[in-house]
Amino acid sequence: MPKPAILALQDGTIFEGSSIGVDGIISGEVVFNTAMTGYQEILTDPSYCRQIVTLTYPHIGNTGVNGEDEEAVDIHASGLIIRDLPLRASNWRSQGSLGDYLVNRNVVAIADIDTRKLTRLLRDKGAQNGAIMAGDNISTEAALDAARSFAGLAGMDLAQVVSTENSYEWSNSTWSLQSGYQQRNGSRFHIVAYDYGIKKNILCMLVDRGAKVTVVPAQTSAQTVLEMQPDGVFLSNGPGDPEPCVYAIEAIAEILQTDIPVFGICLGHQLLCLACGAKSLKMKFGHHGANHPVQNLDSGEVMITSQNHGFTVDENSLPEKLRATHRSLFDGSLQAVHHIDRPAFSFQGHPEASPGPHDVAPLFDHFFELIEVQTNQVVSARKA
Amino acid sequence: MPRRSDIKSVLIIGAGPIVIGQACEFDYSGAQACKALKEEGLRVILINSNPATIMTDPDTADSVYIEPIHWKVVEKIIDKERPDVLLPTMGGQTALNCALDLDREGVLEKYNVEMIGASREAIDMAEDREQFRRAMADIGLHTPRAFIAHSLEEAWQGQSQIGFPVIIRPSFTMGGSGGGIAYNKEEFEDIIKRGLDLSPTSEVLIETSVLGWKEYEMEVVRDKKDNCIIICSIENIDPMGVHTGDSITVAPAQTLTDKEYQIMRNASLAVLRKIGVETGGSNVQFAINPVDGEMIIIEMNPRVSRSSALASKATGFPIAKIAAKLAVGYTLDELQNDITGGSTPASFEPTIDYVVTKIPRFTFEKFPQADDRLSTQMKSVGEVMAIGRSFQESFQKALRGLETGVDGLDEIVDQTSSEDDLEDLYRKELRLPGANRIWYVADAFRSGYSLEKIYEYTAIDPWFLAQIEDLINTEKGLSGKIVDTLDADEVRFLKRKGFSDRRLAKLLDSNELVVGNLRRELGVRPVYKRVDTCAAEFSSSTAYMYSSYEDECEAEPSDREKIIVLGGGPNRIGQGIEFDYCCVHAAMAMREDGYETIMINCNPETVSTDYDTSDRLYFEPLTFEDVLEVIHLEKPKGVIVQFGGQTPLNLARALEAAGVPIIGTTPDSIDLAEDRERFQQLLIKLELRQPPNRIAFDVETSAALAEQVGFPLVVRPSYVLGGRAMEIVYDQEDLARYMKEAVKVTKDSPVLLDRFLDEAVEVDVDAICDGESVLIGGLMEHIEQAGVHSGDSACSLPPYTLSAEIQQELCVQVSAMAKALKVVGLMNTQFAIKGDDIYILEVNPRASRTVPFVSKATGMALAKVAARCMVGQTLEQQQCTKQVIPDFVSVKESVFPFAKFHGVDPILGPEMKSTGEVMGIGKSFAEAFAKGMIAAGGVIPKPGTVFLSVRDNDKKGVVDLARSLHAEGFNLVSTGGTAKVIQVAGIECKQVNKVKEGRPHIVDMIKNDEIVLIVNTTEGRSAIADSYAIRREALMHSVCYTTTLSGGRATCMAMSHREIEDVYRLQSLHSH
Repeated sequence: MPKPAILALQDGTIFEGSSIGVDGIISGEVVFNTAMTGYQEILTDPSYCRQIVTLTYPHIGNTGVNGEDEEAVDIHASGLIIRDLPLRASNWRSQGSLGDYLVNRNVVAIADIDTRKLTRLLRDKGAQNGAIMAGDNISTEAALDAARSFAGLAGMDLAQVVSTENSYEWSNSTWSLQSGYQQRNGSRFHIVAYDYGIKKNILCMLVDRGAKVTVVPAQTSAQTVLEMQPDGVFLSNGPGDPEPCVYAIEAIAEILQTDIPVFGICLGHQLLCLACGAKSLKMKFGHHGANHPVQNLDSGEVMITSQNHGFTVDENSLPEKLRATHRSLFDGSLQAVHHIDRPAFSFQGHPEASPGPHDVAPLFDHFFELIEVQTNQVVSARKA
Repeated sequence: MPRRSDIKSVLIIGAGPIVIGQACEFDYSGAQACKALKEEGLRVILINSNPATIMTDPDTADSVYIEPIHWKVVEKIIDKERPDVLLPTMGGQTALNCALDLDREGVLEKYNVEMIGASREAIDMAEDREQFRRAMADIGLHTPRAFIAHSLEEAWQGQSQIGFPVIIRPSFTMGGSGGGIAYNKEEFEDIIKRGLDLSPTSEVLIETSVLGWKEYEMEVVRDKKDNCIIICSIENIDPMGVHTGDSITVAPAQTLTDKEYQIMRNASLAVLRKIGVETGGSNVQFAINPVDGEMIIIEMNPRVSRSSALASKATGFPIAKIAAKLAVGYTLDELQNDITGGSTPASFEPTIDYVVTKIPRFTFEKFPQADDRLSTQMKSVGEVMAIGRSFQESFQKALRGLETGVDGLDEIVDQTSSEDDLEDLYRKELRLPGANRIWYVADAFRSGYSLEKIYEYTAIDPWFLAQIEDLINTEKGLSGKIVDTLDADEVRFLKRKGFSDRRLAKLLDSNELVVGNLRRELGVRPVYKRVDTCAAEFSSSTAYMYSSYEDECEAEPSDREKIIVLGGGPNRIGQGIEFDYCCVHAAMAMREDGYETIMINCNPETVSTDYDTSDRLYFEPLTFEDVLEVIHLEKPKGVIVQFGGQTPLNLARALEAAGVPIIGTTPDSIDLAEDRERFQQLLIKLELRQPPNRIAFDVETSAALAEQVGFPLVVRPSYVLGGRAMEIVYDQEDLARYMKEAVKVTKDSPVLLDRFLDEAVEVDVDAICDGESVLIGGLMEHIEQAGVHSGDSACSLPPYTLSAEIQQELCVQVSAMAKALKVVGLMNTQFAIKGDDIYILEVNPRASRTVPFVSKATGMALAKVAARCMVGQTLEQQQCTKQVIPDFVSVKESVFPFAKFHGVDPILGPEMKSTGEVMGIGKSFAEAFAKGMIAAGGVIPKPGTVFLSVRDNDKKGVVDLARSLHAEGFNLVSTGGTAKVIQVAGIECKQVNKVKEGRPHIVDMIKNDEIVLIVNTTEGRSAIADSYAIRREALMHSVCYTTTLSGGRATCMAMSHREIEDVYRLQSLHSH
């Protein structure tokens, strides 16, 4: 028999289920994600730091876990909430069960609750602070206390919590069915990627396109980065509120003084906008899923995107130098901007997918086009 | 980009009759398309030969043509209506092939009609096996190693490169028709010949077998700006080797990681782009090697399909409706997602938070000679879908929704057999799947087989096997338990795994009511969740719901006055689209009258399970338990049980006993009509006549009872639908065999013995009664004489040989019975008329299979009128008191699945075998019948030689027929006895050998294509067996044949209308 577990929300709602991870109590912001595949990628996505993620598809764990489907070394979500952990994992790549994975990584998680009820509650009331308590000695009060004493994510700078301590080089290309991950020594361009909580697949996609990639900690100064003579600077995704990340906003503003192409994703997008003078907002329950339609405002093209953000950039606050290029067709919210006189742009969703559809991958190509143009200009300027 | 302003009118081609591989899903998609385009202000012109469809209702399209789907006929319609565009993607393979014909014959060019939705090139590339393979290679996708063959010789060459087993797939056929898996040379030659024959381009693909690979389908929608979305992924539990239509399937895909899923998603989009499906829905099928994930592409359909209907129901995303809008110029972002009340656009990918299971339903019991092993050619006739919050819940709901007498994973294997016998049985049943494989899987677990062993035999993914194993272990855990000792947690635990009350009752040696009462006392009740396309991310205004044992109920029942309509469940022979049509009409009428309408049904192919047919839809199995829970929640004013066929009727008594307000004819009246003895008393009182009859409760007394009735006899078990196990027996010996072999006669299930009225004319009458007055809907005279099941017989409205007096008398008798039975709603009566004597064969106080046909023939929507009677409106209040007798003739002709079942005798008898029907409309009977024949896929014989061979009773009648045929210029050949009779009458007729009389014989002539028409009537088992080869060869060589003399006469009449001259717009016919 599995041990019991409860989920307590700040509004007082209690869900009773069973534990599928380790004993203990954890708190965080409870959010839901509607993607039907990719639970391992979601659990290891650093953007879920301090969040307890509810997966709306009822069977989670069907394909087990493997060493290839992780977006970071650790599980970053504070906790996991699902309807059902299947009896058996089945997939030719599976190396173990999700249950064991959660236990081995010391994660508190709950199953066998009405996750649809929870999702509807979060939709109606907005993301809630909550706590999961698992094990033999469960106390509703303790769980509620933990839920209510969680500080929330507004004003929280989590980028520096999850960021790498030291710079490192990345040389893996994206996974393929035939050959898994491959080492590639990109030499076409040098890209410096700020790690605010970066997902591995972003780095892989940069390598795919021939880049030499150096990952630097979130608090790395603009000067340090510029000294590395990058052909492009990448601003990663990450958890928490962009506003308190003043060091990043300042660094980005400084980099934008140069002509080096800049590409931001998710938190990176928000930070780029803030660096240009825009304002961010906390959303009611955010966007978390793999089915969100985003429209390119120039071409009218619709792309199905992977989304994972609880904060957004207020389009009304965009300065003139930033042009809105994409919007969400679900709620009309801003999805991407392009700088009007700098080779800089950013996207709120996840062009690197993982999990999710690959429709927006061409944005990476755009980044490299900008780099190419810029490099050619530099070369011709030198020649002249 | 809004819709194209240059399009003012659109022609839609329907799918024609229900056949295996093409069922009512195309009425669902076609009706949606018509609605969607009418909404746009376009003039919609529709052709479909199937009258039992909602799409052919006069208000679905602006101009409805119930005509044979043939390019020459469509050309006439185009000439009359001059549509701007043709939408060929809504009517399955039939419509696609017809559109290709129209294009090839230059009709589209001549009338300047543009094909929208899919171009000729796209259809060709997708359907032509060789073009498709090349296209896939171009985009780097793998297809199985294969060879194209146009002849047997080429086929052998291909086979020699591949070895055995090989898969054979004919080009341009539907439901894998003519295809199969060959394990040896004999099978190979057999399938190749058949495949070449059935492919319109005489082309087959010989393909390396990937038996046992995992099988997936992706439903994709694309708009003209190249926006592509995946609506749904589907995973087959039955791996490669079983046609997807015959497979148990699950949505969404369960055993793919995101990386693998995205590979498949990307491939699906690439396929659509390569094939060039400009707008609309398509489906793409994949196989995946379970060992290393290698992916190959099997095929794609550039049109809506059975799978897209399933995907629409599984997700709530109306693929056909959206596809229709895209075809006239919209892009996805301009269209709204109705399910979320329009708050989100259609350009997204549905995500679901439940599990959907589809299980096919088979009818091998109807075709005992058919090969019942599943293969690449589809053999199922219907399907059931269920939704649950876990696989186990949805799977077990689907199992009980099948209505095959199982309540879950019921035991079917005798566990006391020896270990060796069990091993032999499991080896066969698990490796070579039949209709019941999943139950054998369950039993193999019961016998102690390991999951690994069962995987080795079935290649069913271990994920699913583990779920089934757990269900069996849970069942085992109940052994020895006593029902009263179960507590709420235990019951809840079981219900969350999908166990029905009945299954639990069986396992606990109790009964359904006890378990149900206990469950309710313990407060263990289902809640209802909404299907909302978005996993609750947005609120949904649409009440499309399913039950689950969870915490929160989202049903939010209103306090309006409600009427619940119980649907018909999965299609089967004898109960199909006709009943769904009636249910939809009932819901429409009640909605129009201001009631809140609620539909309960579990058949994903239907219009009734479209989320906007009723105000609320509960997608639930039609069992006592599941229906009662909805009723408890909704508290309706009335429940309608008489429109969904036998399924809801079977529930009527129990529901009434549980206090449910059944409206319309009372269950007691239904029983009065169905109970032989009670009904007989009633007829005696009314002084009406029945054929002599008796009821046999055991084998011993049956002989004496038969003697009292007199031979020949129609024998059948009581309470059956579609004439199951019904036979005509001619002597005691025959009867003894029937009683011993064919049925298990017991006190509770006696056998009915009726005198068979040979050579009688059979008539069906549909009528409506409001309790006091009666409206005759229509009289249908059967073309085949009594003895052929009414569902299989062709019929004519109005009657074509009956005198006015007889017709009048039939109406009088129907009125008398309807009043005596206190019918409120529909009633169908079957009469046999022999000379001037009228006999009542059967009365059914419910909707009949012919209601849609009569409605189309008369312009009176019978089901709507009947539904209104049931809520208390009189016929007079509805101003429906006068029978409509049309000034044109409508013929209903039946369509049979014989060609799909290799080796089955295509003879008609008292047991129903047809899957669908068509309607022919004409100014004369001859014209209407000719159209019916053509629409049913038959041919009207060209000048040539007719073969006549009739039983003794028909010898007298054959002379007239022979004379007529001779006069039409046909040469006659006959077997001995028949030839003599004809020759004696002075008509030229050659004698030909019967098969057993030596060669050359009649079958040789058929094989040599020397015969254009066969009239072959037989009686008695040995004569039927002797003539089997004639009928089968006729079928395989597409020779027009009939097994009744009256059918021969009608065919003879139809000769004058070999070419279709006129097409009739239904609305214009009705306005006369």
